Amino acid sequence: MGVAVQVDGLVRKFGDFIAVNEVSFEVREGEIFGFLGPNGSGKSTTIRCLCGLLLPSAGTVAVHGLDVRRHAEEIRAQIGYMPQFFSLYSDLSARQNIEFYAAMYGVPRAGLQQRMGEVCERLELGPIMERPAGNLSTGWRQRLALATSILHRPPLVFLDEPTSGVDPITRRMFWEVIDDLAQDGTTVFVTTHVMDEAEHCTRLAMMHYGRLIAQGSPDEMRSRHAKNMVEVRTGKLWDTLAVLQASDAVVEAVVFGDAIHAECHAALTNPAQTVREVLRSARISVESVAAIQPTMEDVFVSLARRYGHPEHVAAGGDG
Amino acid sequence: MSSLAVQARGLSVKFGDVTAVAGLDLDVKEGEIVGLVGPDGAGKTTTMRVLCGILVPDAGEAVVAGHDVLREPDRVKARIGYLPQRFALHPDLTVNENIAYLADLYSVPAGTWQQRRDELLEITDLARFANRQAVQLSGGMQQKLALICTLIHRPEVVFLDEPTTGVDPVSRRDFWHILYDLPRQGVTVVVTTPYMDEAAHCSRIAFMHQGRVLAQDSPAALRAAITARILEVRCRPQRTAREALKRYPTIEGVEVFGDRLRVAVSAEADPAAIRRVLEEAGVTGLDIRESAASLEDVFVALAVGQQSQEDDSRAGEE
Repeated sequence: MGVAVQVDGLVRKFGDFIAVNEVSFEVREGEIFGFLGPNGSGKSTTIRCLCGLLLPSAGTVAVHGLDVRRHAEEIRAQIGYMPQFFSLYSDLSARQNIEFYAAMYGVPRAGLQQRMGEVCERLELGPIMERPAGNLSTGWRQRLALATSILHRPPLVFLDEPTSGVDPITRRMFWEVIDDLAQDGTTVFVTTHVMDEAEHCTRLAMMHYGRLIAQGSPDEMRSRHAKNMVEVRTGKLWDTLAVLQASDAVVEAVVFGDAIHAECHAALTNPAQTVREVLRSARISVESVAAIQPTMEDVFVSLARRYGHPEHVAAGGDG
Repeated sequence: MSSLAVQARGLSVKFGDVTAVAGLDLDVKEGEIVGLVGPDGAGKTTTMRVLCGILVPDAGEAVVAGHDVLREPDRVKARIGYLPQRFALHPDLTVNENIAYLADLYSVPAGTWQQRRDELLEITDLARFANRQAVQLSGGMQQKLALICTLIHRPEVVFLDEPTTGVDPVSRRDFWHILYDLPRQGVTVVVTTPYMDEAAHCSRIAFMHQGRVLAQDSPAALRAAITARILEVRCRPQRTAREALKRYPTIEGVEVFGDRLRVAVSAEADPAAIRRVLEEAGVTGLDIRESAASLEDVFVALAVGQQSQEDDSRAGEE
């Protein structure tokens, strides 16, 4: 499988602020590459560097073998980009927005109507085609923005937080369309700050304050990091929580409904047994303690706490 | 048996032609953390505003912290804390000054709130920024400060409207650790969120969709109540499998997760028959496993169920 995007030592500064700090990764052709991180961690800045919209301060970025510094124009012809914020013309109807983007991307007029029909059917845009984009709800806008970014059949698409503000049912449709694109050989680079969405991706990279802190498949991420997770049930939720939080064996304990998820120290060989002993000595009777798979958020929080955060000052930047 | 901190019956709110809340019933026991969970536009914020005595409903009634929100809205307001989605911190005031200002607004007697402030600064890890201007804090820290301001008058019930939206996961965890302290002090928490993974933190969840509560129960009970079973299917090509499954009866939904499909099947579905359908469609490397339902599976099943009920009743009227 070929390489769609190669990033080596990418740095992007805004004045003194380092938005992207020595980031290296590669995206293989045809994969769904999830770029994860909280707001402000450098995801959007990285995407803009990959699309040739921002120049790197240092490092190299190659898209399909082309250097973004020298070939930004050619690269932009080969990609689709759905930015995070409203990118549509409010006064134009959905149809006019699609036609406008089609013209911008140089989609030939012959076949345009058919292609529009396909994309609109796939994203179920029929009911809103004649409505002004400015009057659409977030879910509809996001669907329309996705349509405008894939209409010209780019081999590589960058989707920046496509599911932000979208309801769960529409979100499922988004991931289905993304999977369709990948099945057709399109490479999809998608960012999200919702960690559970990472499960939809074939490979992941996690960003934290401008640095790349981990990459791998979802299964690799879970097995390498935050692996000692146990689920604890007792009749006494809050007492149990306090005991576990105070225990040296536990890195972090979090309530999930009527159970507690505790991340135990990586060095423990039988964390469930250790937790049972901790609770026994606190005279809390246990209903169950079982090893569980960590969620992607568990993985992120565990890694992020390990890396710590640089003394941050103002709430700045959108990522 | 604990008594109810919030009891709402038949709440309805219309804005012009739009029905934001449509006959909503809700019970919240004292000392619970209850999540109002649903997508944007489900009516979460409107419901919260009614319960806080800020918005008068078109129909229905609600009792919060022992007082009727329609007849005694001011008594309700004195006993609750409300953190709206856009909380107005004073950017040029320091952390301490913002807290003092809110304590004053709530007429907390001077000298009685400083200890609570120090406790809250301690658990939020904001003590070292006490003299920093609010504008100089990160988004996550600003949100924690807003929470302190909401708790400074020791409310009995706190309403938090999407407090963690846009907040990074680490700050989000910190935020939840603060919330976990509240039930132990007898404080009831009502929190809205559009995130299903966050909903799992609540002791009870009310799923909201189109202005109604679809179901309310503990996360475990909600997961157990779903009749559909979830199968995880791995095979190639995935799209062939997806198309074949969508045409097959007893399949309620197919969702794509990277290299696997999560397939919701009805209780009477036969995994062996599903395997045959996929093999006949020509997929390779087939692996089918049973999986636990996620809260999102439950929500989608309930929302789709309500939708088809409405469609049926509409068809019946014609």
